[in-house]
Amino acid sequence: MTAPRRATPRGIAAYPAPTLPVVTRVQIALRLFMIQSAWNYELLLGNGVGFCIEPALRRLPGGKDGTAYREALARESQYFNAHPYLAAVAVGALARAELEGAQPARIERFRTALCGPLGSVGDRLVWAGWLPFCSLLALAAYGLGAGPGAVLLLFLGSYNVGHVALRAWGLSVGWRNGMRVAGSLATPVLREGPAHLARAAALLAGIALPLALGRAIGPGRAVLGGVVIIVAVMGALAARLPSWLQGWRLALGVLAIWIAYSLATYTVAR
Amino acid sequence: MADLPLVSLTALGAVLGLDAVSFPQAMLSRPIVAATLGGAVVGDAVSGLLAGAALEFVALETLPVGASRYPEWGSASVVAGALIGAYGEASPGSLSVSLFAAIATAWIGGWTMVQLRNANAAMARRLRPAINAGRPNAVVGLQFAGLFADFVRGGLLTILALLAFDPLMHAALGVWGANARYSRAVAIAVVASVASGAVWKLFRVTLGARWYLVAGLALGLLAMALL
Repeated sequence: MTAPRRATPRGIAAYPAPTLPVVTRVQIALRLFMIQSAWNYELLLGNGVGFCIEPALRRLPGGKDGTAYREALARESQYFNAHPYLAAVAVGALARAELEGAQPARIERFRTALCGPLGSVGDRLVWAGWLPFCSLLALAAYGLGAGPGAVLLLFLGSYNVGHVALRAWGLSVGWRNGMRVAGSLATPVLREGPAHLARAAALLAGIALPLALGRAIGPGRAVLGGVVIIVAVMGALAARLPSWLQGWRLALGVLAIWIAYSLATYTVAR
Repeated sequence: MADLPLVSLTALGAVLGLDAVSFPQAMLSRPIVAATLGGAVVGDAVSGLLAGAALEFVALETLPVGASRYPEWGSASVVAGALIGAYGEASPGSLSVSLFAAIATAWIGGWTMVQLRNANAAMARRLRPAINAGRPNAVVGLQFAGLFADFVRGGLLTILALLAFDPLMHAALGVWGANARYSRAVAIAVVASVASGAVWKLFRVTLGARWYLVAGLALGLLAMALL
């Protein structure tokens, strides 16, 4: 049997204040790493959100066989879009809203409202900030002569400290604040972090690219100097490429021409 | 042809292909990691790291944002690391051909990810009544089916790319006419050009970032000259 939902002035708390045992939190946290496993063009992250919240929903009145559980699981498995790491905020907040027995229409509106901020903030903070920063840090270490183990340790260690911390923070802040989580998204780290990170990554890019270039080319000042000039000119041109002609396509084409030339040189020499 | 440990490389390509989107997105699939591991599997992690650093230059340009189509670097970088590790970075042309193989594989990998997302969507449509009824088996089953399909996708992509590019690399290096030093310089110049364009595009929109970039470049070029 489902416990009756009680209407409240704010439409939030209808069941007793919910608790989430450590085991359930761990289950949700582990499932968050799989949130995108069934990513598709119909539901996007939707099924993943339902999948992650499912352990919490078992605590609804009636348990896994109850109507409340099934209704909530169906609701939480519909279309949803967000950055995969910051989706943890939504998972925590929606789990709380469901366990508090908030009105379904209100949960659906809240769910829709979360998509935009969690997507754009996550993309700027992680994909355009933290990931390039850690990648450039690894390239700088490579340029300074670090070996394979040290480079991998530095990259994976630094990146995943931020990655795991962001997921853990998201789940925690979402659960703590429930449907009032919007205020937590205005934290300085999320609001101003991407710009600070971009500046730090820009500084690091300037340092890392010449160093990594130097090590990858190997000894010989003349060749290195020539390559630096070519890279500066070609880089300026690459920055002006139309968006459809991405750099990797151009690199593929130039490498194909270079390989064909090198094979032709052998044939001519013979 | 090189004596490649195909089973180990396929397993590695499957796991790292999975990391790109499905599980756990810990960036094990970044070229600097995946190519180094690919090289390590064939016994030459240092050559793998060279290919990984070169591909990381290119990967700086692609942001794995949601629904956009982008190259899948995990499996592709395993292929690059294994090829350059097997033939040796000192072999003239080995870097050029392994980078070409990796970027081509990453391109095809991006296409396979789109197909996987379409297949997941078809499965989601089939399971829609069960999902709408709140059946946990449907929700959890869809998630694990997607995970398994992505694992298979990464593994298949890796082994097919190795089977295609290993003989090509063997044949190309046998008749490689260009000087070893210039071959390496050209390959690195190409990928570094992509990186410098990418860095400019990425950071120019942030207030003041271009000055940080210029300051960093001054430091970087000075350090490069001193080292």
